[in-house]
Amino acid sequence: MASITENSAEPEIRLNKPRTDYSEWGYAALFVAPFVIIYAVLFIYPTIQMIWLSLQKAPLIGPGTWIGIDNYVRLFKDRLFSVALWNTVYFVLLSVIPSTILGLVIALGVNRLKGWLQSVILACFFLPYILPVTVVYRVWNWMFDSQFGILQYPIHFFFGANVPVFRTLPLFMPTVAFVTVWWLIGFNVLLFIAGLRNISPEIYESASLDGASRWQQFSRITWPLIWPVTVLVLTIQLILQFKIFDQVYLFGQGGRTDATMGLVQLIYRNAFQKNMGGYGAAVAVTLFAVIVIFSVLQYQLLRARGEK
Amino acid sequence: MTAEATAGSVAGEMTPRQRKVIKTLDVVGLIVTIATVVGGILWAFPLYWAIVTTLKPEFEVVQPGVQLWPEHVTLDAYIHVLTASNIGRWYLNSLFTSGVITVVVVMMSALAGYAISQLKFPGRRLLWWIILASFMIPVPALIVNHFVLMSQFKLINTYLGVILPQLVYSPVTVIIYKQFFDSVPKEFREAAKIDGANELQLFFRLYLPMNWGITTALAIITFIGAWNQFLWPFLSVTEEPMMNIAVGISQVFDAFGVKYARDLATAILAGLPVAIVYLIFQRRVTQAIMLTAGIKG
Repeated sequence: MASITENSAEPEIRLNKPRTDYSEWGYAALFVAPFVIIYAVLFIYPTIQMIWLSLQKAPLIGPGTWIGIDNYVRLFKDRLFSVALWNTVYFVLLSVIPSTILGLVIALGVNRLKGWLQSVILACFFLPYILPVTVVYRVWNWMFDSQFGILQYPIHFFFGANVPVFRTLPLFMPTVAFVTVWWLIGFNVLLFIAGLRNISPEIYESASLDGASRWQQFSRITWPLIWPVTVLVLTIQLILQFKIFDQVYLFGQGGRTDATMGLVQLIYRNAFQKNMGGYGAAVAVTLFAVIVIFSVLQYQLLRARGEK
Repeated sequence: MTAEATAGSVAGEMTPRQRKVIKTLDVVGLIVTIATVVGGILWAFPLYWAIVTTLKPEFEVVQPGVQLWPEHVTLDAYIHVLTASNIGRWYLNSLFTSGVITVVVVMMSALAGYAISQLKFPGRRLLWWIILASFMIPVPALIVNHFVLMSQFKLINTYLGVILPQLVYSPVTVIIYKQFFDSVPKEFREAAKIDGANELQLFFRLYLPMNWGITTALAIITFIGAWNQFLWPFLSVTEEPMMNIAVGISQVFDAFGVKYARDLATAILAGLPVAIVYLIFQRRVTQAIMLTAGIKG
């Protein structure tokens, strides 16, 4: 992401072209038209409308009445909102941190392998990432099935009984987070491997000539040099996991959905199930604000630590 | 850790030849390698287990004990799913909507990326900053107003209704195209202009062909993303024949009753196309993921 912003600062003035070329304007209009129209109608307009709707008492479809910030006032008093916010933050912690650490560990391991073995093992870790969420849901629902799931053998061994993990409240979020880590880790592994390959082998060679131990090599060379990638992975994962809906919804079907509700699910509940479009939009705006605040905070914090 | 530390300090006092011997007898390294390989196998095991289960007859599926390979291999579950459910229709729905999304997203991004990279026009900077800022808006937050908009257009339960909102899901493609068009040497452009090429020809004959690799990579990743999209298709389609496969397979659960092999067979069939695309185009998928994360690979 850093590279993107750097590139935007390219010089505007081209010395060999002092006159404005109006035919270029025509072509430019032609070239950007599809993009601009699609983004104006489907992105900018809905965003503005979302903020507008959040200030109204309105059903999902149909006219509403202006009520100012009442939806937000109500939101902050809503017990379900604090539950949803907490569940979301809890899920983010349970999924983002393990998937980053484990991603780095796996990348270090895979990076040591050579040739076809490396490709095969990398594919093992990466394959789940490209599958649809419903497939992941089906596969793990079967793994954990309370009657015939293969994982009930170890569960039975440790707890003395079969446990329906997706119907047991304290186990629900950690298990869904675990499945999410399994599903998405391939992305982190790829990014870390790219980062590791960018470190020149000469640094390691001279370090081992100086007698640096493996641990010293990791803590003094690999870790500082891989830090920017870590920040990138954490930021991407944070933004992604704040939007958690699919897995929690699927695994929670038929269960006590109030207790496991996340923020996107709260939008869904209010806007679509209860037909309160205005209130749902207020939750959506709040989710947006939460993501922006968290990602900016995290980015600043982590970057500051990296520069030390 | 202690083993590593001592190995390191001892290595410091040895001659280069002795150090080489130690390196080949790298015990810790061997353990790490074995752990990684075992980890990879364990990681893929749930997928293997799901596939094996689909090849068993239902009575064998619920037998106690871990049967790593079916006693009687059968394709009954697949045959049943393919003949008795709407899965064929869902396949076509997914294929069509994902295909259209891919073509439109890639084309509009390439065109806009070219204009921002190569042409001078008023509002260019503004457009660029809007694109960068649009990263910050979480698309799931827009579901409410996408739904309102699509129902105003009377597009709920239609292909267009599924497709349109997903066109704005990846503004990053424009940024990637801009970066790659930026790095095409200016000499090519000047030479083609002297030969009388206009901007359309420059785009279609020079810039696009020079970046086919990027286009392939972005097309594949956009297609996989659209194929896997759950939330929006789930909200905008309520009629079973219009569902895409990722949503459809979450609906058949109750229709079959508890039939493990069949349920899993639908899942395997739903995941198969993207898995095959990935295995064929592994390099491109990897490249596309790096690119979308902001690493120019």
